[in-house]
Amino acid sequence: MAPFVLGEITIDWPLAFHSFWPILQGGLIYTIPLAIISFIFGLALAMLMALLRLSRVQVAQGIARVYISIIRGTPLLVQLAIIFYGLPDLGIEVSPFAGAVVALSMNVGGYAAETIRASILSVPKGQWEAGYTIGMNYAQVMRRIILPQAARVSVPPLSNTFISLVKDTSLASTITVTELFRRAQEITATSYDFLLLYSEAAFIYWVFCFILSIIQGRIESRLDRYVATH
Amino acid sequence: MLLQAMDIHKSFGESRILKGVDLTLDEGKVLVIIGPSGSGKTTLLRSLNLLELPEQGTLEINGKHVDFSKRLSKKETRDIRNQSAMVFQSHNLFPHKTVLENVIEGPVIVQKIPKDRAIDEAREILDQVGLIDYQNQYPFQLSGGQQQRVGIARAVALKPKLLLFDEPTSALDPELVSDVLKVMKDLATKGWTMVIVTHELKFAQEVADKVIFVDQGVISEEGTPDQLFQHPQHERTRRFLSRILQRT
Repeated sequence: MAPFVLGEITIDWPLAFHSFWPILQGGLIYTIPLAIISFIFGLALAMLMALLRLSRVQVAQGIARVYISIIRGTPLLVQLAIIFYGLPDLGIEVSPFAGAVVALSMNVGGYAAETIRASILSVPKGQWEAGYTIGMNYAQVMRRIILPQAARVSVPPLSNTFISLVKDTSLASTITVTELFRRAQEITATSYDFLLLYSEAAFIYWVFCFILSIIQGRIESRLDRYVATH
Repeated sequence: MLLQAMDIHKSFGESRILKGVDLTLDEGKVLVIIGPSGSGKTTLLRSLNLLELPEQGTLEINGKHVDFSKRLSKKETRDIRNQSAMVFQSHNLFPHKTVLENVIEGPVIVQKIPKDRAIDEAREILDQVGLIDYQNQYPFQLSGGQQQRVGIARAVALKPKLLLFDEPTSALDPELVSDVLKVMKDLATKGWTMVIVTHELKFAQEVADKVIFVDQGVISEEGTPDQLFQHPQHERTRRFLSRILQRT
């Protein structure tokens, strides 16, 4: 039996130093913008899907159900591949970044729809009635009374969605977006120092997510200012 | 006549809650609705603000008319709903808005009154209900009685022709009830037209011009407070009144 030898750990400090900025830069100019843009479009789509699900029109409910089911029932990696590599067969060509935005937005739209729907339903029925009795219409009650209260409930789950999204952007590397992880991959192609470079990438993702969780805490305490439990 | 409801029918699924109720009220008068729980009195009150949609009957408030057997247009719904405002048992204040914001929400957003003017008027009303010092607090910072008085202020701020009260003191601790009743008495004195569902018989005796006893989905007895409370005609009314009186 071959002896198991734990290799001597030597860290290539110059490589670590020189590779850090290109990897971080990939994060700053691709990963973060990709996550933010996709989240904004994704939330808009999720809001629409949530409203369709809540509508009394059967067809609207059906459309939202099918959409959510497809998004949740298929891997994001496959969705990305269909949009970037598949759609050109139909004559629809998109840039890698735009393709990633489309796929990630659609993904968020499917997952966050149920979160938003549940948070809207969590607002007591009496709030609707209070809005109606002062003369508001559906849209006014929804926008001014229900959504601000639903927002408070939905911040923790939507923050999770966003943090997942930041990490999921790494899948965009498969469609040639030179984001954080792809930058690390590119450098390994010449240096072969996989452990170092992928650990660096992991570290930067972790820092991003750590900062986001701090921001999440701030938003939560701000939205909690009108609730008795603090 | 400010309010006229005719032959109101309402069911929830199989159970018939209102089985043909007629109701009239003149401007400036106070009507108190009493009755056992499940009698349909709250459903009747909510129907006046279209929070329940009866399947049959007509409703006229301040000249606006709807026929429940037809599908109501959005405009019809809005027009008749804007004639009245509801004070809820569980106040239903907007928890994310301050006391002042709760009161000006309707005037500013729905009635498009300039915000400055709405704030002035809201402060005046909050002063009347004794809560001017709480205008910048959030509802959770107030006691139940204070919350309910904000609920009343919110309804009054809309200047509706008709104020509706759905058991406004039932959810309150006993020592907080009198402040709310005092505010309501004050409104009655000022000439507001009011329909009140309540179990507070002493209060009803003092402010009501007319009392109706709703039982099993119909008005089984109506009259002045004296007629109904001192000389009830029906055995069921007598039994109900004695039960309430024993409880208090």
